[in-house]
Amino acid sequence: MRQPTLPVKKMTPLGMLTWLGIAILGASAVGGIAIHRGESINSLWFIVAAVCVYAIGYRFYSAFIAAKVLMLDATRATPAERLNDGRDFVPTNKWVVFGHHFAAIAGPGPLIGPTLAAQFGYLPGTLWILIGAVLGGCVQDFVTLFFSTRRNGRSLGQMARDELGPIGGVAALVGVMMIMIILIAVLGLVVVNAMKHSPWATSTVAATIPIAVLIGLYMRNIRPGRVLEATLIGVALLLIAVAGGGWLDQQPDLRQWFDYDGPQLALMIIAYGFAAAVVPVWLLLAPRDYLSTFMKIGTVLALAVAIVILNPTVKMPAVTQFIDGTGPIFGGELFPFVFITIACGAISGFHSLISSGTTPKLLANETDARFIGYGAMMMESFVAIMAMIAATVLDPGVYFAINSPAGIVGKEAAEAVAKINSWGFPVTVAQMEQLAANMGEASLFARTGGAPSFAVGMASIFASAFGEAFLSLWYHFAIMFEALFILTTLDAGTRVGRFMLQDLFGNIYPPLGRTSWYPSVLLTSALVVGAWGYFLYMGTLDPLGGINSLWPLFGIANQMLAAIALCVGTTILIKSGKLRYAWVTALPLSWLVIITSTAAWEKLFSPELRVGFIAHAKDLSDKLAAGVLPPDKAATAPQLIFNDYVDAVLTAFFLVTTWVLVLDTLRVSYRIATGGAHPPSSEAPHEPSRVVEDWVRD
Amino acid sequence: MKNTLYGLWRGLRRVSGDDAYERYLAHWRKHHAAEGGQPLDRKAFIKVEQDRKWNGVRRCC
Repeated sequence: MRQPTLPVKKMTPLGMLTWLGIAILGASAVGGIAIHRGESINSLWFIVAAVCVYAIGYRFYSAFIAAKVLMLDATRATPAERLNDGRDFVPTNKWVVFGHHFAAIAGPGPLIGPTLAAQFGYLPGTLWILIGAVLGGCVQDFVTLFFSTRRNGRSLGQMARDELGPIGGVAALVGVMMIMIILIAVLGLVVVNAMKHSPWATSTVAATIPIAVLIGLYMRNIRPGRVLEATLIGVALLLIAVAGGGWLDQQPDLRQWFDYDGPQLALMIIAYGFAAAVVPVWLLLAPRDYLSTFMKIGTVLALAVAIVILNPTVKMPAVTQFIDGTGPIFGGELFPFVFITIACGAISGFHSLISSGTTPKLLANETDARFIGYGAMMMESFVAIMAMIAATVLDPGVYFAINSPAGIVGKEAAEAVAKINSWGFPVTVAQMEQLAANMGEASLFARTGGAPSFAVGMASIFASAFGEAFLSLWYHFAIMFEALFILTTLDAGTRVGRFMLQDLFGNIYPPLGRTSWYPSVLLTSALVVGAWGYFLYMGTLDPLGGINSLWPLFGIANQMLAAIALCVGTTILIKSGKLRYAWVTALPLSWLVIITSTAAWEKLFSPELRVGFIAHAKDLSDKLAAGVLPPDKAATAPQLIFNDYVDAVLTAFFLVTTWVLVLDTLRVSYRIATGGAHPPSSEAPHEPSRVVEDWVRD
Repeated sequence: MKNTLYGLWRGLRRVSGDDAYERYLAHWRKHHAAEGGQPLDRKAFIKVEQDRKWNGVRRCC
């Protein structure tokens, strides 16, 4: 029996004209940024291009997917309605779900990826963010959300097991674990690089911890559950902490307590991560999450308003010479590395974990899946566009000076400047010193990781909107705001990793599976923290900045997770008799398989030292054996060589997992098509919704 | 105007989770009051709620 689907509205002539106008405007804006070859270009073009592309993608493509491919059914009861327990399953107003879903998916990823990818120029990254989101990322989030809703909110891992079989299930589980480890390590590295030898940044970030604890105690003991007032107090304290850090930076005897190098900070983050994972959630994680969510949404909105009003000038060329793979920020050619570097903002596999499991249990109506799944990802993509603008409004010379590691441009300022000038990007030592002084930092050379560069961009945009006097405050506000939600991701991720390990160990020795048994908590937390801590610490030792090897690894892992989600989606589409629409998920899936395979292959076997892990390890061992390394480099070389091999093994693992899953998907799809035995669809049976059409619970 | 402001305020409380305890009480009265017993007090509810909320993937990259 076929259920009634969404009525497809006939378009009025006026509507048609409006959409034609939007299409023409969007096409001219995209064309404008694509063919522009001048000194500079107004960022308004980026905003117009993005908004038009999203509007058309949402109005037409997502409507097509909703009506023809998935056939959303407004009359079908959602799990939230059927299983309403007042806790996990609660029918919720779609705007509220949108808010929660967006807050959950949007993290530091879309701010960092575009900043790094700007080394190729503004064009490749911008096009990938727009096209990748509309045809890939938004589709993945939407489809996963919908299929999980039809399966009582089951998680991606469970769906992979149910629909593909045990191989798919194991691949998804291990994939999630791996990506968590790499993600936390790389984000930890971003924070470390932002705090390196910066007492102001370090003291402000350190202050966020007692502030969060204070708010946690307030919300638990003084005024239980008063989220809004507690958050307001917390935000005020955070702003005071930013200003206080500036004061502290001026006190010679105080500032030395907050002046550390990378490896020291890495050890501190590791110790912090362990402590945060074993204390109760109400004490640190939950209150800091409230603060970081408010900060994140507030700052992103403020940045959007500032960019729309000021439309600052983009100074980066459309395309730089670094598309040939010689870029200083990370090695590797435009293809495939721009698609790996920008994962979040274009397509991020991690979202499929939120789109399955959490959000589907809140949908009051199935048709909300389009607005929430497709729409929230569009918003995140827009955040990535803003990050691209913030990176490219800087003078390209300044951008490269901040983001290039000392291992590439040299440790001395004059050396670095000469090197960057030789690439054709003018910058002077005096200019960098002045900029550092304005931002309240000792130096801005080689501050890799994307956070300092984003903070400089954001500070300059905000300062031109709200006054030049506060540049250094804006800069440290931006650093604090990034660190705040990176630390939240770090805690939350460690905790998820811990739960997964406990689940796994529980099969071997049941007491280890009890999430409240303290020895098990300590053991599993130590294992998870140890795993990401290892990569983080090695990253700080790496003369190429660590980001060069860790960020691509993270991108590959994230895209692999997206491939898993799209494999599950494609299988379900074929199972439900939609073979002719399977390209909706198969198209982005094929693209992801091409880019992750190429990137993983290059990271393994490229002879280029900054790309191939094995080549780099060989080169370093040869140099060590020949005794040509200076003593400090020779001391860390054995660790770096070992780390290269660890990275290589991990890359090979991602490559193999992706292909195992793709082949398994093809196997199951072939069986379905030929009528062979295959796992049946695990879709929950249809039950009519009993709620009236415009019913909302809020 | 007043209604709009009030609606916005309610939306803000709803989306931030500020009204979670009130919603819990309403749910309890409607569905569990008949079973007898007492609803959790504010403090106990917040603890249970936060433990539940963070038992899974809640934040992304």
